[in-house]
Amino acid sequence: MIRFGQPSRQAEFESAILPHLDAAYSLARFLLRNDQDAEDVVQDASLRAFRFFDSFRGQNSRAWFLRIVRNTAFTALKRNRGHEEDVLFDEELHTPENPAPGLTSRLDQVHDRDTVRAAIDQLPPEFREVITLRELEECSYKEIADIAAVPVGTVMSRLARARAQLAEILSRTYMKEE
Amino acid sequence: MEHDEKRSLVHSYADGELDAANIRLVEHHLQSCDECRAAEQTIRSLRTALTNSAPAFRAPASLRKKIRADLRRETSAESARQAPRSWLTFALGSACALLLLLGFIFSQSYRGTSRNAIADEVVANHVRSLLATHLVDVPSSDQHTVKPWFDGKVDFAPEVHDFATRGFSLLGGRLDYLDGKTVVALVYRRHQHPINLFISPAPGRSNSTPEAMARRGYNLIHWRQGEMSYWAVSDLNAAELRQFASYVAASE
Repeated sequence: MIRFGQPSRQAEFESAILPHLDAAYSLARFLLRNDQDAEDVVQDASLRAFRFFDSFRGQNSRAWFLRIVRNTAFTALKRNRGHEEDVLFDEELHTPENPAPGLTSRLDQVHDRDTVRAAIDQLPPEFREVITLRELEECSYKEIADIAAVPVGTVMSRLARARAQLAEILSRTYMKEE
Repeated sequence: MEHDEKRSLVHSYADGELDAANIRLVEHHLQSCDECRAAEQTIRSLRTALTNSAPAFRAPASLRKKIRADLRRETSAESARQAPRSWLTFALGSACALLLLLGFIFSQSYRGTSRNAIADEVVANHVRSLLATHLVDVPSSDQHTVKPWFDGKVDFAPEVHDFATRGFSLLGGRLDYLDGKTVVALVYRRHQHPINLFISPAPGRSNSTPEAMARRGYNLIHWRQGEMSYWAVSDLNAAELRQFASYVAASE
């Protein structure tokens, strides 16, 4: 079947999806932890999104695109790393205790981009995902649930654990520097 | 309300995800609970750290260019070839084009009929699954129960995902027969409308954009992705079925 009107379909795709390219790249970059893999994943996910753009019906284009990027990234993670521990991690493990004293005052000193990126990189992938989506992209719980295909309750518990772990890692880093 | 329950609400509170009644509850609790107040302060300090350091990445300009080039290639793959330069290439080109066109028409009409026959079979399978109260062999909304059930029953491993959070709940799976092959049928429900999703291997076939059709009052969507062939069928309206297909496609 020959389809007409392809150029306008491309224009439509570019105006709906490409504004979210930074968000997509940032998510992929935090999930894969390296530039080249992140670029490959976003390129692959974009082509995939374009092929299925007919099935996108003007809902939330950011969540729709990020879901495809996220799934492509997790597939790449599993392929690249086989069954390394951090892909299938146990959310119950490594849940930090109550915040240590002085933690908030140390967090308030954090300004360095590379330090924070390195701290996020130490989290398991599902935690990197939820921190990126919530704290950097400011997605709602509902959007995160849609993107990661998990219930909102799971988003909430992951977010609480991810924050506790990240605060802990950053605080340790800054304690060493003091 | 118990302390633990409020504690989990502290995150929702800090994220602006609570309604007015719960905001009051949490604020009231925060006044009396040092631990929750410290937890809330940690969330806010962490956010300040993330705002100050701005760790988000930006897509490199080269990536944007590559994607645009991909889209152009994808688009032009279906449009006409470049104009030939001399009469000889023109003649050769025309002859080739004519052959290609004939082949294309032939394969399309051939594929068209076989696809029509399969579409009829898909609808028949769907109707039978509803009549015979044999909707599922493995009734479970848990993708981790449904997926392993197919192990050893078919020679491929279908992706199984539940989309209950998006209004399409997984009811289970069963084996079915389509186009002379044993296929995986996953059953979902949207409100009161059952959806059958038939999955079978399509080795060596390229991905295709989803194609919607209607048969005897049922809506169907067919596409190929990752060398697998997908047929979704339901009495659901076409728009929602398309939405369903997009979730399935996005999760592969």
